[in-house]
Amino acid sequence: MVKVTIDDIQIEVEDGTSILNAARQIGGEVVPPAMCYYSKLPGTGGKCRTCLVEVAAGSEKDPRPMPKLVASCSTPVQDGMIVKNKTSEKVHTNRGAVVEFLLINHPLDCPVCDQAGECHLQDLSFENGGEGTRYEEEKRTFDPIDIGNKIKLHMNRCILCYRCVHVANQLTDKRVHGVLNRGEHTEISTYIEAAVDNDFSGNMIDVCPVGALTDKTFRFKSRVWFLKPMEASCECTKCSGKTVLWMFGNEIYRVTARKDKYGEVEDQDGKAGWICNDCRFEKKDPSKWNIIGPRTINRHSVISQGKYSAARANSQKKIENGDK
Amino acid sequence: MQSLTDRKKVVGNKEMTFKEKLYLPAIFGGMWITFKHLFRKHNTLRYPEVKREFAPVYRGQHVLKRDEQGRENCTACGLCAVACPAEAITMVAGERKKGEEGLYREEKYAEMYEINMLRCIFCGLCEEACPKEAIFLTDRLVPSTFERDEFIYGKELLVEDVNLRIDITKRQLTGKRTEK
Repeated sequence: MVKVTIDDIQIEVEDGTSILNAARQIGGEVVPPAMCYYSKLPGTGGKCRTCLVEVAAGSEKDPRPMPKLVASCSTPVQDGMIVKNKTSEKVHTNRGAVVEFLLINHPLDCPVCDQAGECHLQDLSFENGGEGTRYEEEKRTFDPIDIGNKIKLHMNRCILCYRCVHVANQLTDKRVHGVLNRGEHTEISTYIEAAVDNDFSGNMIDVCPVGALTDKTFRFKSRVWFLKPMEASCECTKCSGKTVLWMFGNEIYRVTARKDKYGEVEDQDGKAGWICNDCRFEKKDPSKWNIIGPRTINRHSVISQGKYSAARANSQKKIENGDK
Repeated sequence: MQSLTDRKKVVGNKEMTFKEKLYLPAIFGGMWITFKHLFRKHNTLRYPEVKREFAPVYRGQHVLKRDEQGRENCTACGLCAVACPAEAITMVAGERKKGEEGLYREEKYAEMYEINMLRCIFCGLCEEACPKEAIFLTDRLVPSTFERDEFIYGKELLVEDVNLRIDITKRQLTGKRTEK
């Protein structure tokens, strides 16, 4: 066990924990944002640079500060380490710059994008970004393509976090899509647009922090803040069957995995709750699901700004649990 | 009991004088005031022959704008509907097909867009929320009708005609949003 101080809060964590995960154990405001790191996918992280933090003291033995900001998702903690996230001016300005870079090629077509309302890049730029852009050159553009018959890829919106590549590597048996070309021309693509056809390929929609990979069955159907997220389960031989149904009236518009406050899938029965494509794309009939109840949504989220009352969901849960 | 405040007025039941008993001076006094008003400046206008000028930011019937090329600005993002405190706005989005580039500005557009004018409180929050400068409130009044159904305005009533553009430049000047 090592002791680490993050934003003046001390916590004891296990050896080898990354700074980001130590901060997540504290929770709240000290957690750096992460666009590419995904705790359920080993090997992710270190690409987007949004989680950079300042290390004011390296360790007990060597208390010199680290010369540059470090990526908290891939830097393990050391005993006596002092980390500054919210309290560091350097981190703040740096994060603004990272957002500016991420948005250089991002089309900012949020009014069109299906991810709007649950987009991590939206949250990030809302919290850290500037008012306008200084970028005057033309943005790189790609045509949207179909990856398989259920997933739409908008390469314009991609921030190259590589999460979907890791999903394909780790969850499916064969990866048929990947990253092509280099530098400015880098793009996620499939060779000759070969269909991604695997039972778990739909999870790349869930891991995508932006609207680059979206559900074709939900394309332009509605906006997330008009839908009611309902927790549901079903008998499924391939996956846990524990999902969130996004409902409008009695219609199921979309099915996703259950995600925690960091946008990562929750553990179900001890393992990551990835859901299969059958549950995600095919079961749009409410009779096929056992609907448990409304999902708790953060009241600051735009999803609870709409006609869905998070307070109602919370109070209903409390009644069910017998709390007062 | 003594009252807690001294706002109470004691009303006397005093005997009227002879002049007051006649009532005539009071009647003529009242008629004189009425007569004087004939020569005063009128506060009312002879509508509909004369119309009062609206403030440049008057919030009347909505318009869904088209851009310079005549394409609809609205992309059915739903921000007006979520901002609407009266829940007056509903919409269904559609995907633009090939060949419709001249009709809609973005790849998504509002297939159906309805404002219930009976629910609408003309607060202008939809206009404020709109990221595409598509919806504006204008100085037009919503006409009255006999049927409730006729107050639900669809796209045929809301979207401006390509040839009969509705001027909202005065409103845009007051807005802070500038396209960069």
